[in-house]
Amino acid sequence: MPDASVMARETITLAGIELELHEGGEGPPLLFLHGASGFTPDPPYVGLLAQRRRLIAPSHPGFGASGLPLWLDTVDDIAHLYLELMDRRGLGRVDVVGTSLGGWLAAEIATKVPERIGKLALVGPVGVKLGPADKLDIPDIFAMAQDKVVRLIYHDVDKGKLDYSKMTDEQLTVIARNRETTALLTWEPWMHNPKLRHRLHRIASPTLFIRGASDGLVSADYVDGYAKLIPGARVTTIAAAGHAPQLEQPAEFARVLLGFLDGAAQAGGTR
Amino acid sequence: MRAWHFSETAYPYLPPVEEYESIRVSLPNRIYDPKKGAALYDRYIEEWQIAEEEGVEIMLNEHHQTATCVDPAAPLLLAALARVTKKARLLILGNPIANRRQPVRVAEEMALVDMLSHGRLEAGFVRGVPYEISAGNSNPVRTNERFAEALDLIIKAWTSHDGPFSHEGRFFHHRQINIWPRPFQSPHPPVWISTTTPAGSQRVGAQGFVQATFLTGYDGTRRVYDAYRRGWREAGRGEGVPIDRLAYAALVYVGDNEADARAGAEKILWYIRANKVPPHFAFPPGYAPPAAFAHVMRGDTGDQHRNFSAQATVESTINAGLMMAGTPDQVYAQVRKMYDHVGGFGHLLIMGQAGFLEHDETVRSIRNFARHVYPRLKAEMPDSTVSGFSMAPAAAS
Repeated sequence: MPDASVMARETITLAGIELELHEGGEGPPLLFLHGASGFTPDPPYVGLLAQRRRLIAPSHPGFGASGLPLWLDTVDDIAHLYLELMDRRGLGRVDVVGTSLGGWLAAEIATKVPERIGKLALVGPVGVKLGPADKLDIPDIFAMAQDKVVRLIYHDVDKGKLDYSKMTDEQLTVIARNRETTALLTWEPWMHNPKLRHRLHRIASPTLFIRGASDGLVSADYVDGYAKLIPGARVTTIAAAGHAPQLEQPAEFARVLLGFLDGAAQAGGTR
Repeated sequence: MRAWHFSETAYPYLPPVEEYESIRVSLPNRIYDPKKGAALYDRYIEEWQIAEEEGVEIMLNEHHQTATCVDPAAPLLLAALARVTKKARLLILGNPIANRRQPVRVAEEMALVDMLSHGRLEAGFVRGVPYEISAGNSNPVRTNERFAEALDLIIKAWTSHDGPFSHEGRFFHHRQINIWPRPFQSPHPPVWISTTTPAGSQRVGAQGFVQATFLTGYDGTRRVYDAYRRGWREAGRGEGVPIDRLAYAALVYVGDNEADARAGAEKILWYIRANKVPPHFAFPPGYAPPAAFAHVMRGDTGDQHRNFSAQATVESTINAGLMMAGTPDQVYAQVRKMYDHVGGFGHLLIMGQAGFLEHDETVRSIRNFARHVYPRLKAEMPDSTVSGFSMAPAAAS
């Protein structure tokens, strides 16, 4: 299995933004869109996917080492930026996977250029508002203690405990900045773009929702309702995983995702 | 020296502190008894009137969803004060314009209060403390940028008199801006800004507005004022910074004697000790720069949070320069010590009521201050003084 060093890191300039781009692996390209915690090449799932796919994983503006211009403040802004990234990288048609916030971003992109998305995988995605006005679809993670947030995100809570005292200033600053940019993008409307649900019907690619069975942020009802808005979308659940199944069950995650990406395109698959 | 009686119109009748997670943002308002609350407003307004009778100016501020300061619409309370007072200056410090959606509306509210008071408004503006973020559903990122754009727009709305102008900025949009009434004062009411950081006060100094800092203690205040003076000079406003550009807010209780002073000091310490707020409300993402958050994640929450602790005592709070309490002579000496340490300031913002300090105690302290401390401050610290000279040596820290 290739280790994490298979991923190279470079900086490119898109729309005047210095963007950190991780890229590596063998096989057809896969645009990987990270969630609120940003992208690092270290976790095992990266190597597993890179065995079969050339991963292209940008750090979104304001995450990792990527710049953040003052004009940018929505997930939709980043979706437009990545249309340019696809052009720049010659990705005429590409498979896209997005986790959490990155799932929202992937859905935005797919509504804009449905013909350019090969397959679309959304992992615990946010981005739409389905429930009543007086109940948050996604819990307010900025109004609760950090240990409670960890309990919502992880199946195995011990995996979510970070020891800040062992991190460098630079690492802590990146974590704080990722959190800040997440707030900027998701604060209001909370974790969604009200317009997105009215655009999702345009998505034409085979679409798979992947949800960790213990995900306390993105509920099963939410994912089912989200999937119903995309023609033919299917939902699959990974056991013993929370909001980030790629971290908690990397082998199963890679098996499910690669199985979907490698499988025959299904028009109107089952739920 | 000018002194201002400042009351946060607190609601102190709370359950034991162990029974709630936070005194701000999430404390259920079923705890708030409307009858007791209405009586408190009557009382606090009367205390401001007594301060005016004693020659002290009036100050209030705005917070949301908190028992520490039940004044979520300060311009309304200010409008009431404008009509029940006759001569005191009326300082609102301030309008939380990083969290207000319509700066033009704020300009209108302030112009109206200036009219109702016949030109007694002192218009303060604040970015807002971190706890205001959730209460206002305000995006915690780019509050400084929103603040700056809103302030420019408000001043322009006050000072434009030739029909509508338009504003299409980064954060605010308005095509036909033409406020009625315009402010009573010309060109506009004095502008105050509160910051507790040197970076913020350097900007305020460059703009020449009045800089207020709250409970920043000896060295913290000196850093803020030094930055203000630097900003003032670098902007070409001249070498001498008038002390009436600088204000300091402290908890103050002036007793009849040492026993009375001690009892009052213990009561106003409530403000320091009762501020129970969990980290997710105290440190919203984006409120401080990421590098500063790195320190918070390690557990270093900074001077102000250290000083605001349930373990604070009267002695520790006086020693930190957050409280001035004692007999008239003792309070005079404490003000003098702060004044000399920081290079002088022209306004003492007196947090003269907190927690369970009763009406008669609050009034006694106001009168003791006004009659036995204030005359000495006015005589020895005239507004014509230039700040930053004849400073005491900086502390070793």
